[in-house]
Amino acid sequence: MIKRLNTELRVKAYPFLVAVLFVVLALTGCRQQQEVLPPRVGDEKVPVAGDTIIMGTIGDASNLLPMLSTDAASTEVSSQIYNGLIRYDKDLHFEGDLAESWQVSDDGLEIVFHLRHDVRWHDGAPFTSADVLFTYQLIIDPKTPTAYSERYKRVTEALAPDPYTFIVRYDKPLASALISWGIAIHPKHLLEGQDVTTSPLSRAPIGTGPFRFVEWLPGEKIVLERNEDYFEGAPYIKRIVYRIIPDSTTMFLELQSGGLDQMGLTPLQYARQTDAPGFKRRFNKYRYPAFAYTYLGYNLNKPMFQDKRVRQALSYAINKQELIDGVLLGLGQPANGPYKPGSWSNNVHVKPYPYDPQKAAMLLDEAGWRDHDGDGIRDRDGKPMAFTIITNQGNDQRIKSGEIIQRRFQEIGVEVKLRVIEWASLLKEFIQPGNFDATIMGWTVPIDPDGYNVWHSSKTGPNGLNFIGFKNDRVDTLLEQGQSTYDQQERKRVYDEFQQILAEEQPYTFLFVPDALPVVAHRFYGIEEAPSGIMHNFIRWYVPQSQQKYQR
Amino acid sequence: MVLYLAKRLVMMIPLLVGISLISFVVIHLAPGEPTDLQTELNPDAGVELKERLRAQYGLDQPLVVQYGQWVKRLARLDFGTSFSQDHRPVWDKIVERLPITVLINVLSIGLILAVSIPIGILSATRRNSTFDRLTTLFVFIGFATPSFWLALLLMDYFGVYLGWFPISGIKSLGHEYLSTSGQVWDVIHHLMMPILVSAFGGLAGFSRYMRSNMLEVIQQDYILTARAKGLSERIVIGKHALRNALLPLITILGLSVPGLIGGSVIFESIFAIPGMGKLFYDGVMMRDYPLIMGILVIGAVLTLVGNLLADVGYALADPRIRNQS
Repeated sequence: MIKRLNTELRVKAYPFLVAVLFVVLALTGCRQQQEVLPPRVGDEKVPVAGDTIIMGTIGDASNLLPMLSTDAASTEVSSQIYNGLIRYDKDLHFEGDLAESWQVSDDGLEIVFHLRHDVRWHDGAPFTSADVLFTYQLIIDPKTPTAYSERYKRVTEALAPDPYTFIVRYDKPLASALISWGIAIHPKHLLEGQDVTTSPLSRAPIGTGPFRFVEWLPGEKIVLERNEDYFEGAPYIKRIVYRIIPDSTTMFLELQSGGLDQMGLTPLQYARQTDAPGFKRRFNKYRYPAFAYTYLGYNLNKPMFQDKRVRQALSYAINKQELIDGVLLGLGQPANGPYKPGSWSNNVHVKPYPYDPQKAAMLLDEAGWRDHDGDGIRDRDGKPMAFTIITNQGNDQRIKSGEIIQRRFQEIGVEVKLRVIEWASLLKEFIQPGNFDATIMGWTVPIDPDGYNVWHSSKTGPNGLNFIGFKNDRVDTLLEQGQSTYDQQERKRVYDEFQQILAEEQPYTFLFVPDALPVVAHRFYGIEEAPSGIMHNFIRWYVPQSQQKYQR
Repeated sequence: MVLYLAKRLVMMIPLLVGISLISFVVIHLAPGEPTDLQTELNPDAGVELKERLRAQYGLDQPLVVQYGQWVKRLARLDFGTSFSQDHRPVWDKIVERLPITVLINVLSIGLILAVSIPIGILSATRRNSTFDRLTTLFVFIGFATPSFWLALLLMDYFGVYLGWFPISGIKSLGHEYLSTSGQVWDVIHHLMMPILVSAFGGLAGFSRYMRSNMLEVIQQDYILTARAKGLSERIVIGKHALRNALLPLITILGLSVPGLIGGSVIFESIFAIPGMGKLFYDGVMMRDYPLIMGILVIGAVLTLVGNLLADVGYALADPRIRNQS
């Protein structure tokens, strides 16, 4: 009877009932009891080995040879199996990985890496500079279908003079050269002389990383276990299971039922469905800006958008905070430029575009777009100010942003249609041929501020990433300078000016930077939030002995 | 009979060629190519990579040549290599997802038949009774309920709230450590909700079909004869009427043979089941031509075989048809 009453009520009083539910479960001694009230015996401070972490992932990995895959799931799994020579630490500074140390020559044309001596591949073979050289040769081999070859083609010479030294030379300084050696190093002894696309390693990888591969059931799960021999010390957590759950609602239900230990929440789940005390007792939520931003880009080859006053006006007409509140439920921040807020390269002093419809109207009037015929839509030379925003199917945040923007534009007399198109068609039929007015899309933000590929005028061609056709001589010069400067102070000056020009020109209206919202089961300790996220010290996460859940 | 079968089998060849040709052309008409998706919007990928990939995949050849090469490979029963980043043989990708898809479909059709045949018979024999009206309502609610919505409700209630059933997937984490019977039970336990959900929506079709067949049959003269002979109602319905009313089911079952390898992407995504629906959907989204063609061809073959089986089965079961031909 009580249970039936509960079911009827919970539609209306969900949070309350979730709480009741856990009390009921705790009292009735159900399967979930142990997770509801973990015993506290005071051993939380003692890191011990053991337990399994089950992570939810939306998509299956495609290929576990990192060179051949570009999808997020493959990258995530590979990052536990492989190492690069160098990596970013938790504060996004360079840190040695397989390289113990490195020197960059004064002219920036030569980098010498000194490799660690104590590294072995998961099959026991020693790791040497020959593996690094092989990885380089593989990546520039035209037969290798890799999407990462561009930066390595700038290398003029790569040498492995002894087993623990690797030298690369460039003919022009390249600022992102150092971090390009963060690429996963592939094992020479297993791949040499073979067709890399048919290598068994793409399904059963062997790397140097903290976790070694155990099994992969396609579409179902990928299992890794800790590498006892890892050169930084074996991880505490014994096993990682990546469970592939394509639906985020199912994933969330699975998390609540105890079938998952970690996932990324949607803003809705974070804001509305995880505040119950029962949830908070079992899970820790984290929140930090993601390395990504969403923008509204204008096709600058269209006459309407060639006047920067029009673009500025449209930026003034968008209420970014409203987008964040409506689309992300407040879990994000306004974007003012192409860099992540809080990172060293971000210029906080650029011209801001607060929501100001009067100013927007004034700028449009100035540019000659007035409502001459009194139909509520501005026009110039007899043509109404009407255009279409396109975005891709399947990304709810972009579609909702488009709808909100549509209404705000209508208020200043600009008629906008929103078209949602399947991804492959969007690229092929609209973005690549430049056959669009405006588009809502997003970029991930690399930690290195080099924006050459997206903003340089040489990239406006049919396959370039500068598909909005942004051409600015000063920006070209700055991007070239920034790319070949090593000194961070100097680079900051260069990129600060670049951001000022973007702010003035508004080729994009930068909309927002969403927050990453991971959640981890409470029994995991040692998690430390940092500018790079929470995964940076994953091998130091642990579960106290008394709270360990999986024995095998 | 043998001649008839041989004729039908030979007739299938031009049909298959036609189906594959049309499929091949249509999927190539869709804008976008597999190479676009792997190289587009990636700052690190060079422009020449795309050209190289196109050459590797043979996409730089005219469509006729591509089709010819595909047929040549197919003649050796080689479905080719997937264009996705895993570069695996298409056949492997399909085969690893077939068993679970077929299992779920067979069980769900079994459940549908087990429930809808009795419902159909009872509603026909008690036409316009309260039972008839209620079951009609019930099966149409099932027909109208979106499966993802029902699935989520069931997961929330039975999975999270009561904790009776696992929420998603087909095996638990420690599956490989269980005994054989434990493993079987584990899979059954995982499949209960998915099969229930997928069967619920199919009840309406079958039970209404059964009902109308039955209604038609019990108005026949031979039923009147049976009753006049003084047979009990149980025998009249259960033996004389039912056997005749079941005949058209052979056709329906034959037509559902291709459906055995098909899956629903929504259903599979919700329950995190690695089945054919998701494979096909992802293949289409990635423009993975060999994979799409592989699945379409298998589907086409099964459709034709299913039709043939239905015709043959019908002839075997019904002397009226058999004697005609």
